[in-house]
Amino acid sequence: MAGPRNISISEASRPVLPRHAKLKYDETRKVWVILAPERVLAPDEIAVEVLQLCNGERNVGEVADQLAEKYAAPREAILADVIAMLQDLADKGFLTEAREKTS
Amino acid sequence: MSDVLGNIPPGISDSLAVLEKQRSTAETFGIPLAVLLEITHRCPLQCPYCSNPVELDRSGKELTTQEWKKVLSELAEIGVLQVHFSGGEPTARKDLVELVKHASDAGLYTNLITSAVLLTREKLSELADAGLCHVQISFQGVEEGLADRVAGYRNAHRKKLEVAKWTREVDLPLTVNAVMHRQNLHQLPDIIQMALDLDADRLEVANVQYYGWALKNRAALMPTVAQLDECTRLVEEARERLKGRLTIDYVVPDYYALRPKKCMGGWGRQFFNISPAGKVLPCHAAESITGLDFESVRSNHSIAWIWQNSEAFNRYRGTGWMKEPCRSCEFRESDFGGCRCQAFALTGDAANTDPACALSPLHETIFKQAEREAEGEINRFLYRNFAGGTLESENDA
Repeated sequence: MAGPRNISISEASRPVLPRHAKLKYDETRKVWVILAPERVLAPDEIAVEVLQLCNGERNVGEVADQLAEKYAAPREAILADVIAMLQDLADKGFLTEAREKTS
Repeated sequence: MSDVLGNIPPGISDSLAVLEKQRSTAETFGIPLAVLLEITHRCPLQCPYCSNPVELDRSGKELTTQEWKKVLSELAEIGVLQVHFSGGEPTARKDLVELVKHASDAGLYTNLITSAVLLTREKLSELADAGLCHVQISFQGVEEGLADRVAGYRNAHRKKLEVAKWTREVDLPLTVNAVMHRQNLHQLPDIIQMALDLDADRLEVANVQYYGWALKNRAALMPTVAQLDECTRLVEEARERLKGRLTIDYVVPDYYALRPKKCMGGWGRQFFNISPAGKVLPCHAAESITGLDFESVRSNHSIAWIWQNSEAFNRYRGTGWMKEPCRSCEFRESDFGGCRCQAFALTGDAANTDPACALSPLHETIFKQAEREAEGEINRFLYRNFAGGTLESENDA
């Protein structure tokens, strides 16, 4: 089953795209898209980068660490932006929490 | 079903714009993002509002497995991103798993739009393994009595509930598609709860659109204004309450609107579908417009050529074909004069303004007629079938 809904994104969250939402590079239009039921969303560059880092293993704090290092930017500001972006996606049903590993 | 990509909400967030909205209306038509594949018109249900044309394609005319595979490869190649396997009842085709697999392998996002009554748990697992991304199951109500009567099929509702449960068990995401009309709108609160109980991610509250079969059944289906207002209120309340839990898409009947809907995002602008016999159509009702010749994937033209160059797609594309009051209207590029099929069905000329628009000279007449029908006593259905329809027995209505 999919992970829990109504998720609240925090530094410790490990969010992933749910099965019905697929991140894909559209070769024809040369843009990244998120494919979902009856929706095609066009995430911007930063959103794509964040979503690629959200692999279900990393938590949001670790995603912010990586971006802070890469862009030599203040971690707290990046963390706040990442949480806001992911929470918005979660509220719209396009994000889920990775399950705890059972193995 | 709702217009594919036609009722997209405003931007998902600042960083996540909806792709279609980024194109200006002045821009020329690109290849659609999503395509509806009506792989068969065969269906065990007989819903009186079926979106298929009244003239159904017989099974002998259907594209073969190889022909559909060629279509799928071609769609992926020209830049289509999503395909909806629909019908009729798509699971009535024995090659569905094979087609879904072919589509997935070609990189397409695959959606199954189904009545569910022919599905088994095993078939669902096979579809999931073949790469199916999403399942959409139609419901006719919340309890067997009414739901089975609307579907014209015994035990349909019980079977749908069972299949919806299996869908989630095999970890496929589920949309509940609730088709709403005068005779079931009172069940909407329970339908929303049913979608939650079935663990659906998404609910489509789709008021019937009055073309084809539904137009024949308008007197039995048309809601009252009061019902529709209550429906809108319930949807808005549920959207707020269920934010992040259940996405609700809402389609209203355009008879009670003042502005017509931007049907299909405009003729030949962002949508096409392929009929069981392989016709490439600007919308699933387009064959109801007589005098238009739709090209087939069996012709020697490519799908991209048909989309860009065929006479039928260009006939009502853009604004050049418009007559008054559309031609000089400030909204001509926001709604493209509404729906061509509805204009044809209600006025006899597809180039007329859709009477759903308050600026149409026929708007008032049609609105009043719909209101009278909604208050009327006719509840008997004309069921959809290959024989041109069968009237419900008086005792059952």
